[in-house]
Amino acid sequence: MLGLNKTDSKFLLIVILLTLFTPFLMQPFAADSGLDQFNGGYPDLMQKVAIFGIFAVGFNILFGLTGYLSFGHAAFLGMGSYAAVWMFKLLTMNVIPAILLSMIVSGLLAVIIGYISLRRSGIYFSILTLAFAQMCYKMAYSVLTPITNGETGLQLSLSDPRILDGATESTSLPVTNIFGLAMNSSYKLEALNRVFTFNVGFYFCAVIAIIAFYIAIRLFRSPFGMMLRAVKSNQTRMNYMGLNTKPYTLAAFVISGMYAGLAGGLLAAMDPLAGADRMLWTASGEVVIMTILGGAGTLMGPVLGAGVIKYLENIFSKINESVLHSWFHWLPDGLEEVVVWVFARFTGEGWHLTLGLTFMLVVTFLPGGLVEGIKRLKKLTKRGGKPKDKLDAPDPEHTPTPSKHVV
Amino acid sequence: MDAILLQILNGLDKGSAYALIALGLTLIFGTLGVVNFAHGAIFMIGAFCAVTLSRLLSLSFETIDPTKTDFLGNPATIKTPYVEAWFGPEFGSAMIDWAVPLAILFSIPVMIAVGFIMERGLIKHFYKRPHADQILVTFGLAIVLQEVIKYFYGANPISTPAPEVFKGSFDFGVMFGFDPNAIIYPYWRMVYFLFAAVVIGAVFSFLRFTTFGMVVRAGMADRETVGLLGIDIDRRFTIMFGLAAAVAGMAGVMYAPILSPNYHMGMDFLVLSFVVVVVGGMGSLPGAVAAGFLLGILESFASMNEVKSILPGIDQIVIYVVAIIILLTRPRGLMGKRGVMEE
Amino acid sequence: MSNSLLTRRGLLKTSAVAGAGLALPTIFTSGARAFTNDPTGGTVTLGFNVPQSGAYADEGADELRAYELAVEHLNGGGDGGMLNTFSSKALEGNGILGKKVEYVTGDTQTKSDAARASAKSMIEKDGAVMITGGSSSGVAIAVQGLCQEAGVIFMAGLTHSNDTTGKDKKANGFRHFFNAYMSAAALAPVLKNLYGTDRTAYHLTADYSWGWTQEESIAAATEAMGWKTAEKVRTPLGAGDFSSYIAPVLNSGADVLVLNHYGGDMVNSLTNAVQFGLRDKQVNGKNFEIVVPLYSRLMARGAGKNVAGIHGSTNWHWSLQDDASKAFVKSFGTKYGFPPSQAAHTVYCQTLLYADAVARGGSFNPCSVAEALEGFEFDGLGNGKTLYRADDHQCFKDVLVVRGKENPTSEFDLLEVVEVTPAAQVTYDADHPMFAGGALGACNPGA
Repeated sequence: MLGLNKTDSKFLLIVILLTLFTPFLMQPFAADSGLDQFNGGYPDLMQKVAIFGIFAVGFNILFGLTGYLSFGHAAFLGMGSYAAVWMFKLLTMNVIPAILLSMIVSGLLAVIIGYISLRRSGIYFSILTLAFAQMCYKMAYSVLTPITNGETGLQLSLSDPRILDGATESTSLPVTNIFGLAMNSSYKLEALNRVFTFNVGFYFCAVIAIIAFYIAIRLFRSPFGMMLRAVKSNQTRMNYMGLNTKPYTLAAFVISGMYAGLAGGLLAAMDPLAGADRMLWTASGEVVIMTILGGAGTLMGPVLGAGVIKYLENIFSKINESVLHSWFHWLPDGLEEVVVWVFARFTGEGWHLTLGLTFMLVVTFLPGGLVEGIKRLKKLTKRGGKPKDKLDAPDPEHTPTPSKHVV
Repeated sequence: MDAILLQILNGLDKGSAYALIALGLTLIFGTLGVVNFAHGAIFMIGAFCAVTLSRLLSLSFETIDPTKTDFLGNPATIKTPYVEAWFGPEFGSAMIDWAVPLAILFSIPVMIAVGFIMERGLIKHFYKRPHADQILVTFGLAIVLQEVIKYFYGANPISTPAPEVFKGSFDFGVMFGFDPNAIIYPYWRMVYFLFAAVVIGAVFSFLRFTTFGMVVRAGMADRETVGLLGIDIDRRFTIMFGLAAAVAGMAGVMYAPILSPNYHMGMDFLVLSFVVVVVGGMGSLPGAVAAGFLLGILESFASMNEVKSILPGIDQIVIYVVAIIILLTRPRGLMGKRGVMEE
Repeated sequence: MSNSLLTRRGLLKTSAVAGAGLALPTIFTSGARAFTNDPTGGTVTLGFNVPQSGAYADEGADELRAYELAVEHLNGGGDGGMLNTFSSKALEGNGILGKKVEYVTGDTQTKSDAARASAKSMIEKDGAVMITGGSSSGVAIAVQGLCQEAGVIFMAGLTHSNDTTGKDKKANGFRHFFNAYMSAAALAPVLKNLYGTDRTAYHLTADYSWGWTQEESIAAATEAMGWKTAEKVRTPLGAGDFSSYIAPVLNSGADVLVLNHYGGDMVNSLTNAVQFGLRDKQVNGKNFEIVVPLYSRLMARGAGKNVAGIHGSTNWHWSLQDDASKAFVKSFGTKYGFPPSQAAHTVYCQTLLYADAVARGGSFNPCSVAEALEGFEFDGLGNGKTLYRADDHQCFKDVLVVRGKENPTSEFDLLEVVEVTPAAQVTYDADHPMFAGGALGACNPGA
């Protein structure tokens, strides 16, 4: 199917199904079950998972295939966002031109940064990309404020020209749309004591994510992908054979930069604000972490990593002590205090601790990332012959492991 | 002219901080080949050694003073530090005043222990793993260390003053015939610079002139051969890790009066220290020190008003601009060795 | 997978239908609610969006404490705090409009992106009808914009930039905290009395929008009383070591250093300046002085003894002796064991003001709330008589000029109030040039 072999087709099909049914999968708990805090099926989080999935898949094309570790990919993400918001301000609220422009602009930036940085390899390459990204961030935050609106981030305003949309008398800001269909409109289905939200923006991201994922599979399986893997295993040998590897690595760098730009453009399309923080080194680090956490060099790994980190960030940070008290109110008073205290270290303001521990545990016990964990699970359940194993990981309730913290 | 001299002084001081951090990082990163994202956290823990000691010395017993009231109108409690009660008020308050220099003694064993535990408990298992795994595990460790500190000390910076004696600044300008106040420099920063020079000198002589240092240098050059010679290089690398942690920790202790410690100061220094180490060249200790001073001085120059009026915002990015220029003109940084972390 | 399912004609048809159905695009199309997250059950959910990680985590924690206290008081618990002193008596201690107040919390991380994501999850997932909190202007402006689009009320927390109620003001957003202009207007007369009119100021300014508005405001106010400005130097955010910016100050001819920094930058630049011995120096025959226009007691602790004798302004301080402040300090101090910060005070007030506006307007509809708040005059929340101005949704109230204490008696007793500048003196026209360039727009009730 579509130029893929049988295994890959099956894989892609599973990914498509998973993506399309995300609103169900991320809403596993009933509203009154007490665990509904763990539900992640609201538009913003679903969109973020899809978008950062694209970002991480793109990053993996460079890192997973060629082994070049870029520490500056956030620059392309931020650049994509700024380009998209400017498109919304100047041209039209339709997301298509904005996303195209964000890919083109970050692609161009990637050509420049990649051409210079790829003259070095190893850690020297990483630091060069880091230096470029930090320069972009620092400038965007301060000196370039007229273009980027600095600290606050670039926002829409009523006085923007928006040439194609024509003048409106509205006193409220227009919303991003695709040919009139607003990104933020949702259909809510109340069933099984759960509210499932089907959001236009999410499905738009999901379709693009599937296309991006498909392209990544094709790249991984193509002769071009083979060439990149060869670069990873031994670049010197390639050079001795008379092959100039630079065009290949540069192409990989630019492609992954465009993926990042696409992700940035989509972020802006879902929520038209572009902040300089998107270019900070921690944002570059985040995508590196996502990729490694999920499993570098694998197709599904980066998406898993992105999902886990965004889930932790958005769900764990919101579990405050009063929520914990409502969970454990059935315990005897003294014990309740103790249990709530222990849990409070890992949730709410302590969510970073959970994040750090997750990194350490995963990398120590699952070399190869979360994908490795799935493989092991698969081995364990192989006798049962459950083909749906890939369903397990994106399912959010498998990620947090509160039982470990109690011990 | 006086402005330039002034900025050279500032740059030396900034540079000595950068050099100290980079020195510790190079010992681990450039020689053991471990990408240690927890190095900033070690620096931060060093600074909190100073905070902890000053808190320990100020531990107080409380007496109720009925003549005064606290903010709720209840009788106020008066705190008297134990050290003042034990050693007399004068000597006691002098001890509290000298908490930061005293913390050096306190920090060395603590930091070596931290280094040992980190290496034996965690890093040891990652020597043969890909750099990506090392990044993830040390980054996770850094977050955990940060959160632990945040739990005990809060998120706000904590004032950790230098002893009263070092208050104020010295007027260099008058010595060289400039106007008064043209080139002033705080006493504590001079202490910091001298301290950094001593530590850097000590580390270099340790590696150069002791048998231990010779073996370690041999191990850096060719770990396998040294191992084949029957030398337990692993144990020595553990000691190196402890040493690196102690250097970073002492840098943190002495920096506390300049930068009030907070729990995320390590992350703020992390990126910078990696840039310094790589600009210096992987695996080169002199390179790291030289790069530290170079970047410190250039950063100070870039913050001069005369420079900023020509290139607005240059002080924000000068370090990165210099890093790019150096890495493009010198493939392995200032003094990097061929083949170290180039893959 | 075949392509025949998605023909071009089919696609056009679908989008046309969808477009027609959404002539009024809204964020949350669900059911027949009159406005976003109309609370239908016996409870109402408020969203407390504060920094829980990063440099302002302690301020965020203090804000959360104040929110919990406010919720307790609104639901009739505790000693009632400032509900007893508040001039409006619409609240009865039975929640808001009889609905029990519940809340959700989130982490802004002091980043625009994260703050918006957190606020969105509160609105989309938890059904919050009002978002409040924050500890920086960038975040406040970003979240205010989001709330305007989503159709919920935003009650700003700690935000000091002129832009929040200036060029970025929004109809759904309200600010109780004071701003840079007010700081300058309150400080200038005090500085004039203390240091005279013949002074030259040297500005060190955090290089982002809040810093710029404060620098502009302070420079304008001091120049109006005869001071000269020697230099305005921008410093990178989080510079850490400020020595290379502070060292040239003494030789520049300036005799006052103005530090337009906040948070960690303020702590470090002030510590560095004192370390350089600036305050022991004489320039132009006068003592060298340092001014920190925006003080925060929590942050002042980080600078320790260095704040002694240095003037600045603050929104509120726990040592105020009016009944309202005393009542608030008492109920906060009894519950948590230490006095509240200005951040805690401002968010407590914001919660009460929101609840009161709902009660007076009789509806949670953002437009009704906005109408009730616009032009609302009240007293008994610790800053004297206060007006929520309709033109820009900024509160006008007394501003405190404070000084770092020479001999603090406890770790909380760092600042002393030098002067309470009356509201009239810090009031400005709604079309003041420093606040120009934006439009409030119309209130948006969302769905």
